[in-house]
Amino acid sequence: MSSPAINPILIFVAAIFTSNMILTNFLGMCSYISVSSEYKTASGLGKAVTMVSVVTAVISWMMYHWVIVPLKLEYLQYIIFIIVIAAIVQIIEMALDRFSPDLHMKLGIFLPLITVNCAILGIILFMVIRQYSFMQTLLFSFGSGLGWLLAIQALAAIREKMAKTKLPPGLEGPGITFIITGIMALAFIGFSGMVAVQ
Amino acid sequence: MEIFITVASVSGISTILTILIIISERLFNNYGTCSIDINDGAKKLDVEGGSTLLSALAENKIFIPSACGGKATCGLCKLRVLDGAGPLLPTEEPYLNAEEKANHTRLSCQVKIKKNLKIVIPEEFFLVQEYKTTVAKIDRKTHDILEYNFKLDKPITFKAGQYMQVKTKPYGKVKEVVWRAYSISSNPSTHDAVELIVRRVPQGICTTYMHDHVKEGDIVELTGPYGDFYPRDTASGYVMIAGGSGLAPMKAIILDMLERGIDKQMYLFFGAVTKKDLYYVEYLQELADKHANFHFIPALSGALPEDNWTGEKGLITEAVDRNVQDITGLHGLLCGSPGMINACIQVLKKKGMTDDIIFYDKF
Repeated sequence: MSSPAINPILIFVAAIFTSNMILTNFLGMCSYISVSSEYKTASGLGKAVTMVSVVTAVISWMMYHWVIVPLKLEYLQYIIFIIVIAAIVQIIEMALDRFSPDLHMKLGIFLPLITVNCAILGIILFMVIRQYSFMQTLLFSFGSGLGWLLAIQALAAIREKMAKTKLPPGLEGPGITFIITGIMALAFIGFSGMVAVQ
Repeated sequence: MEIFITVASVSGISTILTILIIISERLFNNYGTCSIDINDGAKKLDVEGGSTLLSALAENKIFIPSACGGKATCGLCKLRVLDGAGPLLPTEEPYLNAEEKANHTRLSCQVKIKKNLKIVIPEEFFLVQEYKTTVAKIDRKTHDILEYNFKLDKPITFKAGQYMQVKTKPYGKVKEVVWRAYSISSNPSTHDAVELIVRRVPQGICTTYMHDHVKEGDIVELTGPYGDFYPRDTASGYVMIAGGSGLAPMKAIILDMLERGIDKQMYLFFGAVTKKDLYYVEYLQELADKHANFHFIPALSGALPEDNWTGEKGLITEAVDRNVQDITGLHGLLCGSPGMINACIQVLKKKGMTDDIIFYDKF
Protein backbone atom coordinates (compact mmCIF):
# COMPACT_ATOMS: atom_id res chain seq x y z
CA MET A 1 0.00 0.00 0.00
CA SER A 2 1.52 3.24 -1.08
CA SER A 3 0.51 6.51 0.48
CA PRO A 4 2.18 9.21 -1.55
CA ALA A 5 -0.97 11.24 -1.94
CA ILE A 6 -2.07 11.54 1.66
CA ASN A 7 -1.58 14.95 3.17
CA PRO A 8 1.07 14.73 5.94
CA ILE A 9 -1.12 16.90 8.17
CA LEU A 10 -3.88 14.29 7.96
CA ILE A 11 -1.39 11.58 8.87
CA PHE A 12 -0.32 13.69 11.82
CA VAL A 13 -3.87 14.02 13.16
CA ALA A 14 -4.62 10.36 12.48
CA ALA A 15 -1.49 9.27 14.31
CA ILE A 16 -2.60 11.12 17.41
CA PHE A 17 -6.26 10.10 17.48
CA THR A 18 -7.51 7.42 15.13
CA SER A 19 -4.45 5.21 14.86
CA ASN A 20 -2.99 5.95 18.27
CA MET A 21 0.09 3.82 18.98
CA ILE A 22 -1.21 2.56 22.32
CA LEU A 23 -4.95 2.65 22.00
CA THR A 24 -5.39 1.16 18.53
CA ASN A 25 -2.10 -0.62 17.88
CA PHE A 26 -1.32 -1.55 21.49
CA LEU A 27 2.40 -0.87 21.03
CA GLY A 28 4.74 0.25 23.78
CA MET A 29 2.57 -1.33 26.45
CA CYS A 30 5.28 -2.34 28.91
CA SER A 31 6.41 1.13 29.90
CA TYR A 32 2.85 2.41 29.42
CA ILE A 33 1.61 0.07 32.15
CA SER A 34 4.57 0.28 34.50
CA VAL A 35 5.36 4.02 34.41
CA SER A 36 1.83 5.36 34.58
CA SER A 37 1.12 5.52 38.30
CA GLU A 38 2.30 9.12 38.60
CA TYR A 39 1.28 11.89 36.23
CA LYS A 40 4.59 13.74 36.46
CA THR A 41 6.81 10.80 35.56
CA ALA A 42 4.34 9.60 32.93
CA SER A 43 4.51 13.00 31.22
CA GLY A 44 8.30 12.88 31.34
CA LEU A 45 8.38 9.48 29.70
CA GLY A 46 5.78 10.55 27.10
CA LYS A 47 7.79 13.60 26.13
CA ALA A 48 10.97 11.55 25.89
CA VAL A 49 9.19 9.02 23.66
CA THR A 50 7.95 11.83 21.42
CA MET A 51 11.40 13.28 21.01
CA VAL A 52 13.12 9.96 20.41
CA SER A 53 10.44 8.78 17.97
CA VAL A 54 10.87 11.85 15.74
CA VAL A 55 14.66 11.70 15.73
CA THR A 56 14.88 7.94 15.18
CA ALA A 57 12.17 7.92 12.49
CA VAL A 58 13.90 10.65 10.51
CA ILE A 59 17.28 8.94 10.70
CA SER A 60 15.77 5.53 9.98
CA TRP A 61 14.04 6.97 6.89
CA MET A 62 17.42 8.10 5.61
CA MET A 63 18.95 4.73 6.55
CA TYR A 64 16.18 2.87 4.74
CA HIS A 65 16.17 4.90 1.55
CA TRP A 66 19.87 5.60 1.25
CA VAL A 67 21.43 2.41 2.65
CA ILE A 68 19.03 -0.49 3.06
CA VAL A 69 17.22 -0.25 -0.28
CA PRO A 70 20.29 0.47 -2.44
CA LEU A 71 22.17 -2.43 -0.86
CA LYS A 72 19.10 -4.74 -0.97
CA LEU A 73 19.29 -5.37 2.77
CA GLU A 74 15.53 -5.35 3.41
CA TYR A 75 15.70 -8.71 5.16
CA LEU A 76 18.08 -7.20 7.72
CA GLN A 77 16.00 -4.10 8.38
CA TYR A 78 14.88 -5.16 11.88
CA ILE A 79 18.43 -5.62 13.10
CA ILE A 80 19.60 -2.43 11.48
CA PHE A 81 16.71 -0.38 12.86
CA ILE A 82 17.30 -1.69 16.38
CA ILE A 83 21.01 -0.88 16.27
CA VAL A 84 20.19 2.56 14.91
CA ILE A 85 17.65 3.23 17.67
CA ALA A 86 20.05 2.09 20.39
CA ALA A 87 22.88 4.23 19.06
CA ILE A 88 20.72 7.31 18.58
CA VAL A 89 19.27 7.09 22.07
CA GLN A 90 22.83 6.98 23.44
CA ILE A 91 23.86 10.04 21.48
CA ILE A 92 20.69 11.94 22.37
CA GLU A 93 21.32 11.25 26.04
CA MET A 94 24.87 12.56 25.88
CA ALA A 95 23.85 15.63 23.90
CA LEU A 96 21.02 16.42 26.32
CA ASP A 97 23.31 16.02 29.29
CA ARG A 98 25.65 18.57 27.79
CA PHE A 99 23.36 21.14 26.27
CA SER A 100 20.19 20.96 28.30
CA PRO A 101 20.84 19.63 31.80
CA ASP A 102 17.32 20.64 32.83
CA LEU A 103 15.73 18.54 30.12
CA HIS A 104 18.20 15.74 30.81
CA MET A 105 17.08 15.86 34.44
CA LYS A 106 13.47 15.39 33.44
CA LEU A 107 13.90 12.85 30.64
CA GLY A 108 17.33 11.37 31.34
CA ILE A 109 16.26 8.35 33.34
CA PHE A 110 13.66 7.37 30.74
CA LEU A 111 15.92 7.48 27.71
CA PRO A 112 17.55 4.06 28.16
CA LEU A 113 14.08 2.62 28.75
CA ILE A 114 12.93 3.92 25.38
CA THR A 115 15.57 1.93 23.49
CA VAL A 116 13.38 -1.12 23.98
CA ASN A 117 10.03 0.63 23.56
CA CYS A 118 8.18 -1.22 20.79
CA ALA A 119 6.26 1.90 19.82
CA ILE A 120 9.49 3.39 18.48
CA LEU A 121 10.30 0.35 16.33
CA GLY A 122 6.61 0.18 15.40
CA ILE A 123 6.65 3.71 14.03
CA ILE A 124 9.67 2.92 11.88
CA LEU A 125 8.18 -0.31 10.55
CA PHE A 126 4.86 1.39 9.70
CA MET A 127 6.86 4.00 7.85
CA VAL A 128 8.47 1.27 5.77
CA ILE A 129 5.27 -0.73 5.12
CA ARG A 130 3.24 2.35 4.21
CA GLN A 131 6.08 3.78 2.12
CA TYR A 132 5.86 7.21 3.68
CA SER A 133 7.73 10.12 2.16
CA PHE A 134 10.13 12.12 4.28
CA MET A 135 7.53 14.74 5.21
CA GLN A 136 4.95 12.08 5.98
CA THR A 137 7.46 10.22 8.16
CA LEU A 138 8.32 13.36 10.07
CA LEU A 139 4.72 14.21 10.89
CA PHE A 140 3.67 10.59 11.41
CA SER A 141 6.39 10.02 13.98
CA PHE A 142 5.70 13.31 15.72
CA GLY A 143 1.96 12.55 15.80
CA SER A 144 2.52 9.02 17.06
CA GLY A 145 4.76 10.30 19.82
CA LEU A 146 2.19 12.90 20.83
CA GLY A 147 -0.52 10.23 20.74
CA TRP A 148 1.56 8.03 23.02
CA LEU A 149 2.09 11.01 25.35
CA LEU A 150 -1.63 11.79 25.35
CA ALA A 151 -2.57 8.20 26.15
CA ILE A 152 -0.09 7.77 29.00
CA GLN A 153 -1.01 11.17 30.45
CA ALA A 154 -4.71 10.27 30.37
CA LEU A 155 -4.04 6.91 31.98
CA ALA A 156 -1.76 8.37 34.66
CA ALA A 157 -4.32 11.05 35.49
CA ILE A 158 -7.02 8.40 35.87
CA ARG A 159 -4.75 6.19 37.95
CA GLU A 160 -3.86 9.10 40.25
CA LYS A 161 -7.55 9.84 40.75
CA MET A 162 -8.13 6.17 41.47
CA ALA A 163 -5.19 5.77 43.84
CA LYS A 164 -7.40 5.62 46.91
CA THR A 165 -10.21 3.59 45.34
CA LYS A 166 -10.84 0.18 46.87
CA LEU A 167 -10.39 -2.54 44.26
CA PRO A 168 -10.86 -6.29 44.39
CA PRO A 169 -7.37 -7.70 45.20
CA GLY A 170 -7.02 -9.47 41.85
CA LEU A 171 -7.59 -6.27 39.90
CA GLU A 172 -5.04 -4.06 41.60
CA GLY A 173 -2.14 -2.70 39.53
CA PRO A 174 -1.85 -4.05 35.99
CA GLY A 175 -5.34 -5.63 36.05
CA ILE A 176 -7.32 -2.45 36.42
CA THR A 177 -4.85 -0.64 34.16
CA PHE A 178 -5.66 -2.97 31.28
CA ILE A 179 -9.38 -2.44 31.85
CA ILE A 180 -8.94 1.35 31.89
CA THR A 181 -6.87 1.13 28.71
CA GLY A 182 -9.57 -0.95 27.05
CA ILE A 183 -12.27 1.57 27.91
CA MET A 184 -10.03 4.41 26.76
CA ALA A 185 -9.44 2.56 23.50
CA LEU A 186 -13.21 2.23 23.02
CA ALA A 187 -13.53 5.97 23.60
CA PHE A 188 -10.86 6.64 21.00
CA ILE A 189 -12.85 4.64 18.45
CA GLY A 190 -15.20 7.60 18.58
CA PHE A 191 -12.56 9.57 16.70
CA SER A 192 -12.43 7.06 13.87
CA GLY A 193 -14.89 8.93 11.65
CA MET A 194 -12.85 12.08 11.97
CA VAL A 195 -9.94 11.16 9.73
CA ALA A 196 -9.99 7.94 7.80
CA VAL A 197 -6.40 7.37 6.85
CA GLN A 198 -3.93 4.73 7.80
CA MET B 1 29.03 -12.53 -2.75
CA GLU B 2 25.72 -11.85 -1.07
CA ILE B 3 27.04 -13.10 2.24
CA PHE B 4 29.96 -10.76 1.88
CA ILE B 5 27.72 -7.76 1.24
CA THR B 6 25.52 -8.63 4.22
CA VAL B 7 28.37 -9.08 6.66
CA ALA B 8 30.21 -6.05 5.38
CA SER B 9 27.19 -3.76 5.48
CA VAL B 10 25.99 -4.80 8.94
CA SER B 11 29.49 -4.48 10.37
CA GLY B 12 29.92 -1.25 8.45
CA ILE B 13 26.75 0.23 9.88
CA SER B 14 27.66 -0.89 13.40
CA THR B 15 31.16 0.51 13.06
CA ILE B 16 29.90 3.85 11.79
CA LEU B 17 27.42 4.09 14.66
CA THR B 18 30.10 3.14 17.19
CA ILE B 19 32.42 5.76 15.80
CA LEU B 20 29.57 8.29 15.97
CA ILE B 21 29.01 7.43 19.63
CA ILE B 22 32.71 7.73 20.41
CA ILE B 23 32.94 11.05 18.61
CA SER B 24 29.89 12.42 20.39
CA GLU B 25 31.22 11.23 23.71
CA ARG B 26 34.46 13.08 23.06
CA LEU B 27 32.50 16.10 21.96
CA PHE B 28 29.81 16.19 24.61
CA ASN B 29 31.70 14.83 27.59
CA ASN B 30 34.60 17.18 27.13
CA TYR B 31 34.10 19.91 29.68
CA GLY B 32 37.72 21.05 29.65
CA THR B 33 39.51 21.90 32.85
CA CYS B 34 37.25 23.07 35.65
CA SER B 35 38.39 24.68 38.84
CA ILE B 36 37.03 23.70 42.24
CA ASP B 37 37.08 26.41 44.87
CA ILE B 38 37.12 24.84 48.34
CA ASN B 39 36.06 26.72 51.50
CA ASP B 40 35.91 30.18 49.96
CA GLY B 41 39.32 30.23 48.34
CA ALA B 42 41.20 28.25 51.01
CA LYS B 43 42.17 25.68 48.40
CA LYS B 44 41.83 25.55 44.64
CA LEU B 45 41.91 22.44 42.48
CA ASP B 46 42.02 22.18 38.71
CA VAL B 47 40.44 18.98 37.48
CA GLU B 48 39.33 17.48 34.18
CA GLY B 49 35.58 17.98 33.77
CA GLY B 50 33.22 15.05 33.21
CA SER B 51 33.96 13.01 36.32
CA THR B 52 32.03 13.09 39.58
CA LEU B 53 32.98 15.44 42.38
CA LEU B 54 33.65 12.51 44.74
CA SER B 55 36.17 10.83 42.45
CA ALA B 56 37.81 14.11 41.44
CA LEU B 57 38.38 14.96 45.11
CA ALA B 58 39.70 11.47 45.84
CA GLU B 59 42.19 11.85 42.98
CA ASN B 60 43.41 14.97 44.70
CA LYS B 61 43.77 13.12 48.02
CA ILE B 62 40.71 14.65 49.64
CA PHE B 63 38.68 11.72 50.91
CA ILE B 64 34.98 12.17 51.44
CA PRO B 65 33.32 9.29 53.31
CA SER B 66 31.43 6.95 51.02
CA ALA B 67 30.40 3.40 51.67
CA CYS B 68 28.68 2.54 48.39
CA GLY B 69 31.43 3.73 46.04
CA GLY B 70 29.36 6.35 44.21
CA LYS B 71 26.07 4.56 43.62
CA ALA B 72 23.91 6.96 45.66
CA THR B 73 22.86 4.26 48.12
CA CYS B 74 24.71 5.18 51.32
CA GLY B 75 24.17 8.95 51.52
CA LEU B 76 27.49 9.52 53.32
CA CYS B 77 29.26 11.69 50.74
CA LYS B 78 27.23 14.82 51.47
CA LEU B 79 28.93 18.13 50.73
CA ARG B 80 27.71 21.66 50.31
CA VAL B 81 28.09 22.77 46.70
CA LEU B 82 27.40 26.48 46.60
CA ASP B 83 27.78 27.06 42.89
CA GLY B 84 27.91 25.14 39.62
CA ALA B 85 26.30 21.86 40.61
CA GLY B 86 23.19 22.06 38.44
CA PRO B 87 19.75 20.91 39.56
CA LEU B 88 19.17 18.35 42.33
CA LEU B 89 18.88 14.84 40.87
CA PRO B 90 16.12 12.38 41.73
CA THR B 91 18.83 9.99 42.93
CA GLU B 92 19.91 12.44 45.61
CA GLU B 93 16.53 13.55 46.84
CA PRO B 94 15.81 10.68 49.29
CA TYR B 95 19.02 11.37 51.26
CA LEU B 96 18.52 15.08 51.87
CA ASN B 97 16.19 16.75 54.35
CA ALA B 98 14.59 20.17 53.83
CA GLU B 99 17.36 22.00 55.68
CA GLU B 100 20.10 20.31 53.64
CA LYS B 101 18.29 21.07 50.40
CA ALA B 102 18.08 24.73 51.42
CA ASN B 103 21.81 25.01 52.20
CA HIS B 104 22.81 23.39 48.89
CA THR B 105 23.92 20.06 50.31
CA ARG B 106 24.47 17.46 47.58
CA LEU B 107 25.71 13.90 47.28
CA SER B 108 29.18 14.43 45.89
CA CYS B 109 29.05 11.09 44.05
CA GLN B 110 26.14 12.35 41.93
CA VAL B 111 27.44 15.82 41.13
CA LYS B 112 29.15 15.75 37.76
CA ILE B 113 31.78 18.39 37.22
CA LYS B 114 30.69 20.42 34.21
CA LYS B 115 31.87 23.88 35.15
CA ASN B 116 33.70 25.71 37.91
CA LEU B 117 32.46 24.67 41.33
CA LYS B 118 32.38 26.33 44.72
CA ILE B 119 32.22 23.81 47.53
CA VAL B 120 32.49 23.64 51.31
CA ILE B 121 34.43 20.77 52.86
CA PRO B 122 34.39 20.36 56.65
CA GLU B 123 37.90 20.89 58.07
CA GLU B 124 38.12 17.37 59.50
CA PHE B 125 37.98 15.87 56.00
CA PHE B 126 41.39 17.38 55.27
CA LEU B 127 42.82 15.23 58.06
CA VAL B 128 41.58 12.16 56.24
CA GLN B 129 44.43 10.28 54.62
CA GLU B 130 45.02 7.07 52.75
CA TYR B 131 46.99 4.43 54.64
CA LYS B 132 48.69 1.35 53.24
CA THR B 133 48.52 -0.99 56.19
CA THR B 134 49.79 -4.42 57.09
CA VAL B 135 47.53 -6.72 59.07
CA ALA B 136 49.67 -7.34 62.16
CA LYS B 137 47.26 -9.48 64.14
CA ILE B 138 43.83 -11.05 63.81
CA ASP B 139 42.21 -11.98 67.08
CA ARG B 140 38.96 -13.95 67.36
CA LYS B 141 36.67 -12.30 69.89
CA THR B 142 33.42 -14.26 69.46
CA HIS B 143 32.01 -16.79 66.99
CA ASP B 144 31.29 -13.95 64.53
CA ILE B 145 33.54 -11.08 65.61
CA LEU B 146 37.22 -10.66 64.75
CA GLU B 147 39.57 -7.95 65.94
CA TYR B 148 42.15 -6.70 63.42
CA ASN B 149 45.32 -4.84 64.24
CA PHE B 150 46.60 -2.80 61.29
CA LYS B 151 50.16 -1.47 61.24
CA LEU B 152 50.07 1.92 59.49
CA ASP B 153 52.60 3.29 57.01
CA LYS B 154 52.43 6.76 58.55
CA PRO B 155 51.20 8.12 61.90
CA ILE B 156 47.50 8.81 62.42
CA THR B 157 45.74 11.34 64.65
CA PHE B 158 42.10 10.67 65.44
CA LYS B 159 39.44 11.31 68.04
CA ALA B 160 38.20 8.32 70.02
CA GLY B 161 34.86 7.32 68.48
CA GLN B 162 35.77 8.03 64.84
CA TYR B 163 35.84 5.38 62.13
CA MET B 164 38.04 4.20 59.25
CA GLN B 165 37.03 2.87 55.85
CA VAL B 166 38.36 -0.43 54.57
CA LYS B 167 38.86 -0.93 50.84
CA THR B 168 38.19 -4.47 49.68
CA LYS B 169 39.86 -6.24 46.79
CA PRO B 170 37.85 -8.32 44.31
CA TYR B 171 37.48 -11.92 45.51
CA GLY B 172 35.57 -15.00 44.39
CA LYS B 173 32.40 -13.91 42.61
CA VAL B 174 32.66 -10.34 43.86
CA LYS B 175 34.25 -8.30 41.09
CA GLU B 176 33.72 -4.84 42.52
CA VAL B 177 35.73 -2.89 45.05
CA VAL B 178 33.77 -1.56 48.00
CA TRP B 179 34.50 0.75 50.89
CA ARG B 180 33.05 -0.05 54.30
CA ALA B 181 33.22 1.82 57.57
CA TYR B 182 34.42 0.33 60.87
CA SER B 183 34.91 2.16 64.16
CA ILE B 184 38.39 2.32 65.62
CA SER B 185 38.60 0.41 68.89
CA SER B 186 42.17 1.26 69.83
CA ASN B 187 43.45 4.10 71.98
CA PRO B 188 44.05 7.40 70.09
CA SER B 189 47.40 7.69 71.87
CA THR B 190 48.63 4.83 69.66
CA HIS B 191 49.59 6.59 66.45
CA ASP B 192 51.25 3.85 64.41
CA ALA B 193 48.42 1.31 64.41
CA VAL B 194 44.63 1.05 64.56
CA GLU B 195 42.37 -1.76 65.67
CA LEU B 196 39.03 -2.43 64.01
CA ILE B 197 36.31 -4.88 65.00
CA VAL B 198 34.50 -6.66 62.19
CA ARG B 199 31.39 -8.67 62.79
CA ARG B 200 30.48 -11.16 60.08
CA VAL B 201 27.29 -10.15 58.27
CA PRO B 202 25.77 -13.02 56.25
CA GLN B 203 26.27 -12.18 52.53
CA GLY B 204 28.14 -8.98 53.48
CA ILE B 205 30.68 -8.12 50.79
CA CYS B 206 33.26 -6.53 53.05
CA THR B 207 32.77 -8.62 56.20
CA THR B 208 33.07 -11.82 54.16
CA TYR B 209 36.22 -10.41 52.58
CA MET B 210 37.67 -9.53 55.96
CA HIS B 211 36.75 -12.81 57.64
CA ASP B 212 37.59 -15.24 54.85
CA HIS B 213 40.22 -13.57 52.69
CA VAL B 214 42.35 -11.27 54.83
CA LYS B 215 45.25 -13.03 56.56
CA GLU B 216 47.93 -11.77 58.90
CA GLY B 217 50.66 -10.06 56.90
CA ASP B 218 48.30 -8.93 54.10
CA ILE B 219 48.28 -5.37 52.80
CA VAL B 220 44.94 -3.57 53.26
CA GLU B 221 44.10 -0.02 52.24
CA LEU B 222 42.36 2.18 54.80
CA THR B 223 41.19 5.79 54.71
CA GLY B 224 40.17 7.91 57.63
CA PRO B 225 39.53 9.03 60.25
CA TYR B 226 35.92 10.01 59.63
CA GLY B 227 32.86 10.87 61.66
CA ASP B 228 31.54 13.20 64.30
CA PHE B 229 30.73 10.48 66.82
CA TYR B 230 33.02 11.45 69.69
CA PRO B 231 32.38 12.68 73.26
CA ARG B 232 31.94 16.43 73.72
CA ASP B 233 33.86 18.06 76.58
CA THR B 234 30.79 19.95 77.80
CA ALA B 235 29.31 16.85 79.45
CA SER B 236 29.77 16.05 83.12
CA GLY B 237 29.58 12.35 82.26
CA TYR B 238 28.45 9.89 79.63
CA VAL B 239 25.87 7.16 79.24
CA MET B 240 27.31 4.84 76.58
CA ILE B 241 25.20 2.11 75.07
CA ALA B 242 26.67 -0.44 72.68
CA GLY B 243 25.29 -3.43 70.84
CA GLY B 244 27.39 -6.08 69.07
CA SER B 245 30.39 -4.56 67.29
CA GLY B 246 29.19 -1.15 68.51
CA LEU B 247 31.48 -1.75 71.49
CA ALA B 248 34.49 -0.77 69.35
CA PRO B 249 34.23 3.04 69.54
CA MET B 250 33.21 2.81 73.21
CA LYS B 251 36.39 0.93 74.06
CA ALA B 252 38.45 3.63 72.35
CA ILE B 253 36.56 6.40 74.17
CA ILE B 254 36.99 4.77 77.57
CA LEU B 255 40.68 4.02 77.09
CA ASP B 256 41.22 7.61 75.99
CA MET B 257 39.27 9.10 78.93
CA LEU B 258 40.95 6.91 81.54
CA GLU B 259 44.40 7.50 80.12
CA ARG B 260 43.92 11.25 80.15
CA GLY B 261 42.71 10.96 83.74
CA ILE B 262 39.37 12.62 83.05
CA ASP B 263 37.28 12.24 86.18
CA LYS B 264 33.76 12.06 84.75
CA GLN B 265 31.12 9.45 85.41
CA MET B 266 30.97 6.91 82.58
CA TYR B 267 28.31 4.26 82.33
CA LEU B 268 28.94 1.68 79.61
CA PHE B 269 26.08 -0.65 78.75
CA PHE B 270 26.82 -3.55 76.46
CA GLY B 271 23.87 -5.49 75.08
CA ALA B 272 24.17 -9.02 73.69
CA VAL B 273 21.93 -12.06 73.35
CA THR B 274 23.89 -14.91 74.95
CA LYS B 275 27.25 -15.36 76.62
CA LYS B 276 28.91 -16.42 73.37
CA ASP B 277 28.23 -12.93 71.92
CA LEU B 278 30.20 -11.21 74.69
CA TYR B 279 33.77 -9.98 74.26
CA TYR B 280 36.13 -7.53 76.00
CA VAL B 281 34.03 -8.21 79.10
CA GLU B 282 36.82 -9.28 81.48
CA TYR B 283 39.08 -6.52 80.20
CA LEU B 284 36.44 -3.82 80.71
CA GLN B 285 35.41 -5.27 84.08
CA GLU B 286 39.01 -5.01 85.26
CA LEU B 287 39.12 -1.36 84.18
CA ALA B 288 35.84 -0.75 86.01
CA ASP B 289 37.23 -2.31 89.18
CA LYS B 290 40.28 -0.04 89.01
CA HIS B 291 38.46 3.21 88.22
CA ALA B 292 35.64 4.41 90.44
CA ASN B 293 34.18 6.70 87.75
CA PHE B 294 33.76 3.95 85.15
CA HIS B 295 30.81 1.58 85.45
CA PHE B 296 30.50 -1.38 83.11
CA ILE B 297 27.12 -3.10 82.78
CA PRO B 298 26.84 -5.97 80.29
CA ALA B 299 23.29 -7.26 79.75
CA LEU B 300 22.08 -10.46 78.08
CA SER B 301 18.65 -10.48 76.51
CA GLY B 302 18.49 -14.23 75.92
CA ALA B 303 20.84 -15.79 78.49
CA LEU B 304 20.84 -19.60 78.23
CA PRO B 305 20.71 -21.78 81.38
CA GLU B 306 24.24 -23.06 80.69
CA ASP B 307 25.56 -19.47 80.56
CA ASN B 308 25.26 -19.25 84.38
CA TRP B 309 24.74 -15.54 83.89
CA THR B 310 24.47 -13.52 87.06
CA GLY B 311 24.59 -10.05 85.54
CA GLU B 312 21.82 -7.93 84.05
CA LYS B 313 19.16 -9.78 82.11
CA GLY B 314 16.64 -8.45 79.60
CA LEU B 315 16.79 -5.82 76.88
CA ILE B 316 19.50 -3.19 77.02
CA THR B 317 16.85 -0.49 77.37
CA GLU B 318 15.60 -2.07 80.60
CA ALA B 319 19.16 -2.29 81.94
CA VAL B 320 19.67 1.42 81.22
CA ASP B 321 16.36 2.25 82.86
CA ARG B 322 17.29 0.35 86.03
CA ASN B 323 20.90 1.50 86.39
CA VAL B 324 20.96 5.20 85.57
CA GLN B 325 18.98 7.42 87.93
CA ASP B 326 20.37 10.95 87.85
CA ILE B 327 20.92 11.97 84.25
CA THR B 328 21.71 15.70 84.77
CA GLY B 329 24.71 16.82 82.80
CA LEU B 330 25.23 13.45 81.14
CA HIS B 331 25.54 13.02 77.38
CA GLY B 332 24.33 9.94 75.54
CA LEU B 333 26.68 8.02 73.22
CA LEU B 334 24.99 5.18 71.36
CA CYS B 335 26.40 2.75 68.83
CA GLY B 336 24.59 -0.26 67.42
CA SER B 337 21.72 -1.29 65.18
CA PRO B 338 19.08 1.32 64.26
CA GLY B 339 16.42 -0.61 66.22
CA MET B 340 18.49 -0.63 69.39
CA ILE B 341 19.46 3.03 69.03
CA ASN B 342 15.91 4.23 68.49
CA ALA B 343 14.68 2.31 71.53
CA CYS B 344 17.54 3.67 73.67
CA ILE B 345 16.89 7.24 72.54
CA GLN B 346 13.31 6.83 73.78
CA VAL B 347 14.54 5.66 77.21
CA LEU B 348 17.08 8.48 77.55
CA LYS B 349 14.50 11.07 76.51
CA LYS B 350 12.05 9.70 79.04
CA LYS B 351 14.72 10.27 81.67
CA GLY B 352 15.01 13.89 80.56
CA MET B 353 17.94 13.87 78.12
CA THR B 354 17.43 16.20 75.15
CA ASP B 355 18.05 15.34 71.49
CA ASP B 356 21.03 17.66 71.08
CA ILE B 357 23.17 15.80 73.65
CA ILE B 358 22.40 12.29 72.38
CA PHE B 359 25.07 11.25 69.88
CA TYR B 360 24.80 8.05 67.95
CA ASP B 361 26.33 5.92 65.20
CA LYS B 362 23.83 3.62 63.51
CA PHE B 363 24.95 0.75 61.32
